Amino acid sequence: MTTPEPTTRSVIVEKEFPHPPEKLWRALTEKSLLEQWLMKNDFEPAAGHSFTFRMDPVKGWNGVIECEVLAIEPCRVLAYTWGALGLGSVVTFTLTPTDTGTLLRMEQSGFGEHQDAAYNGAKWGWQNFMGKLEGVVAGIA
Amino acid sequence: MSRDADSLFRALADPTRRAIFERLARHGEQTVHAITDRAGVSQPMVSKHLTALKRARLVRCRRQGRETHYQARPEALAPLVDWIGDYGKFWQDKFDRLGDLLERMDA
Repeated sequence: MTTPEPTTRSVIVEKEFPHPPEKLWRALTEKSLLEQWLMKNDFEPAAGHSFTFRMDPVKGWNGVIECEVLAIEPCRVLAYTWGALGLGSVVTFTLTPTDTGTLLRMEQSGFGEHQDAAYNGAKWGWQNFMGKLEGVVAGIA
Repeated sequence: MSRDADSLFRALADPTRRAIFERLARHGEQTVHAITDRAGVSQPMVSKHLTALKRARLVRCRRQGRETHYQARPEALAPLVDWIGDYGKFWQDKFDRLGDLLERMDA
């Protein structure tokens, strides 16, 4: 497993699994399977579908991650928004068949303002701030 | 999310507060008066925001004569950057669980 190019703005995790893309796709898109490796959810494999992931609540946070399906191409690409505490990002899974199985790539990027009304992302206005964050942090050194 | 990151998010969740912090980070130390001139809100509001930023240790202050001078502590943002970095660990753990699940699933 590798995590190339870790930056403050995106997280990439890649791993090859010795299973066909069809099987991975089921694990990524069937509610009960998704819960077993990721989190409780009410996911539906349909573009525009809004859903939530639920983690155990912690102090100051209810553990709810607000999502919306952005792109879905069976056995190839799945992308959804991922919003928690007013900070949004996009999670994209890409499946590539290999000689011995499937390469699964997860990229979480675009950390910034979360548009979901429930979190009032526009009011929080993270977008500009995250854009500048790198510069501010670079100034620490 | 760590408690540090959580208190940081809350302190920075207000656009006015964030604007004050950014200005201090960019332009260095400023008096409460100077901050108020640019903040677009009343001085009591500015003081309230500065108190919240101070509680999150995002700013420090010193008194000089009648004026209080505020300075940004950008190093206090580190947990926020760590938190985003934590997602890497999060997904690697999840991928391990996915691998286990795939082994258990029917073909």
